[in-house]
Amino acid sequence: MHPLGEKYLRKNALPLLWCPGCGNGTILNATVRAIENLGIRDRLALVGGIGCSGWIPVYIDADTLHVLHGRAIPFATGLKMSDPNRKVIVFSGDGDCLGIGGNHFIHGARRNIDITVIMVHNQIYGMTGGQVAPTTPTASKTKTSPYGNPEMPFNGCELARASGATYVARWTTAHPRQLSKAIAEAIDHQGFSFVEVLTQCPTQAGRVIHGTADPAKLLDMIKANTISANAAKDKSAEELAGKFLIGTLHHDTQRPEFAGYYYEKIHKAAAAN
Amino acid sequence: MGQEVNNEKVKILQGNEAIVEAAVAAGCRFFAGYPITPASEVAETMAQRLPQVGGVFMQMEDEIASICATIGASFGGLKACTASSGPGISLKQEGVGYASAVEAPIVVINVMRGGPATGMPTAVGQQDIMQAKYGSHGDYEIIALMPSSCQEAFDLTYKAFELSEHYRVPVYVLSDEIVGHTREKVRIPANLSPVERKKPAKENFQPYKAQANGLLDGMPGFNEGYRLLIDGQLHDEQGNRAAHLPDVCARLTERLCRKISDHADQLVDIESSYLEDAEIIVVSFGSPSRPSLRAVKDARAKGIKAGYLKLRIIWPFPETKLVELTAGARTLIVPELNIGRVVNEVKRAVGGQKEVVGLSKLGGLLHTPGEIQAEIERRAQACTR
Repeated sequence: MHPLGEKYLRKNALPLLWCPGCGNGTILNATVRAIENLGIRDRLALVGGIGCSGWIPVYIDADTLHVLHGRAIPFATGLKMSDPNRKVIVFSGDGDCLGIGGNHFIHGARRNIDITVIMVHNQIYGMTGGQVAPTTPTASKTKTSPYGNPEMPFNGCELARASGATYVARWTTAHPRQLSKAIAEAIDHQGFSFVEVLTQCPTQAGRVIHGTADPAKLLDMIKANTISANAAKDKSAEELAGKFLIGTLHHDTQRPEFAGYYYEKIHKAAAAN
Repeated sequence: MGQEVNNEKVKILQGNEAIVEAAVAAGCRFFAGYPITPASEVAETMAQRLPQVGGVFMQMEDEIASICATIGASFGGLKACTASSGPGISLKQEGVGYASAVEAPIVVINVMRGGPATGMPTAVGQQDIMQAKYGSHGDYEIIALMPSSCQEAFDLTYKAFELSEHYRVPVYVLSDEIVGHTREKVRIPANLSPVERKKPAKENFQPYKAQANGLLDGMPGFNEGYRLLIDGQLHDEQGNRAAHLPDVCARLTERLCRKISDHADQLVDIESSYLEDAEIIVVSFGSPSRPSLRAVKDARAKGIKAGYLKLRIIWPFPETKLVELTAGARTLIVPELNIGRVVNEVKRAVGGQKEVVGLSKLGGLLHTPGEIQAEIERRAQACTR
């Protein structure tokens, strides 16, 4: 086993439950490297939602809460507010985060509470067998959109930014180094940070939406479908149609962070009492 | 506000405020909630009080988030509490089940109003007693206490924190709109110490390795060196999911239930009076306890051998003790502010050995003493006839 795996994987939880070719292993890898680089293992509080990606923190040997579908951010809020020195990381799928957990997501961002949300975006409900997600492209056929998805997909990064998140980045499993760097930046950031990861799901999204279960082809498709935020600045709307911007999309270090702001009030109230 | 006499502080408090004072005294340092009538004063008072003792109040985006944040804070190392009523308690049910499965000590305050649906937001009800026990999916057990006065709102909330830490289980305080909005004298002992949260030994630590009595030994917290895995999936003693291991899942489900039901005898909290020679006993809980006691006294004044019971812990249901206490009685009357729920538990407990009469009252009004007394007299006459 790789020394980082030796150091950070929760051995008795192995083997990983993901399908061959899944991108979650890449995200686990990128996260572990970020944790190692920041040296914050003892301050970590990890929270996983429900779905394939909710399992990422289960395999990291730290303190982990694997919770209810859609509710990872509220649980994380309780962990952060019970000890503001914690570094809290939430792993949530696109359905978990933007569908059933959408309200918690926008309010977590609005509060600008110091929680890092890593949203694993595979365009589909994978674990339950390939149903349409809030991120599934319009017209895509899935198990529950057999005539083509009549809905428009959410843009998680724009939603995060509009809701008040102060660090927003998007990368893909085809960019593992940049992804790890962004996760480290997000964890280090004092405020609500959001990292969206476009990833391949060979078993469900691959077969059902994209017509291939080959992870290499799916990674190529993801790459072809993205453009760096810097390069996008000179492009027209037509050229950017259907493309996902990648890179750091928003970084605001000025807005007060919720836990720090509130704990100042608590200290004052306690001192006055 | 209040004065200290004989090592206790005497205050005039609303039931909802008494709950907060008890929570603070018990060491609760985290509350997450959402506004709802008739429980809002719990959140308002928490918002004021908790920061004064270094604690955190959070108004969350909804009821679901409130209970989830409460569970997060519990594992985060704080004694934690949420409160709501009717629709809000329904929304919290998934969280109650999760807390039961991961054995998170939390206290859930339900200031009961009339239902179903939006129901009667400003009027009393006791229609959530079965929900407290059965509201979430799957097999699990909880503990529920029912105050009938502001003093009991204080005493039983403090006790709820003790029980939730000891049994590592969600504990309900099933208060109601009348208790919540009544103001009366509350005696707060000056020497109340915070409820202890015992830490498990770190050597050979397994988060879900129970003692012989089915209880976990202490409550670990995040970032204390345990490297916890806490999972709402059925899990083995290490915390790893065990959905593929039928024996492990069966054992855990059984333990989650039996750690409460096996201790039912230790979880009895009943007050009684006039039982010695009682032929007709009123079995009461929550707000109807007070007109019940009045009715029993008035019936006694008329020479009727009436007795009075008040169940302060309703779940687990105190069947054995109830049978023992009512052994000499012929008739049991069960006044409740619902269609008639606990009366069935009483019938089940006494097993057809005596007459059990429900005295259901709906519509958001409390029984008057006269209504209960009339039922006592009716049963007394039926006997002499």
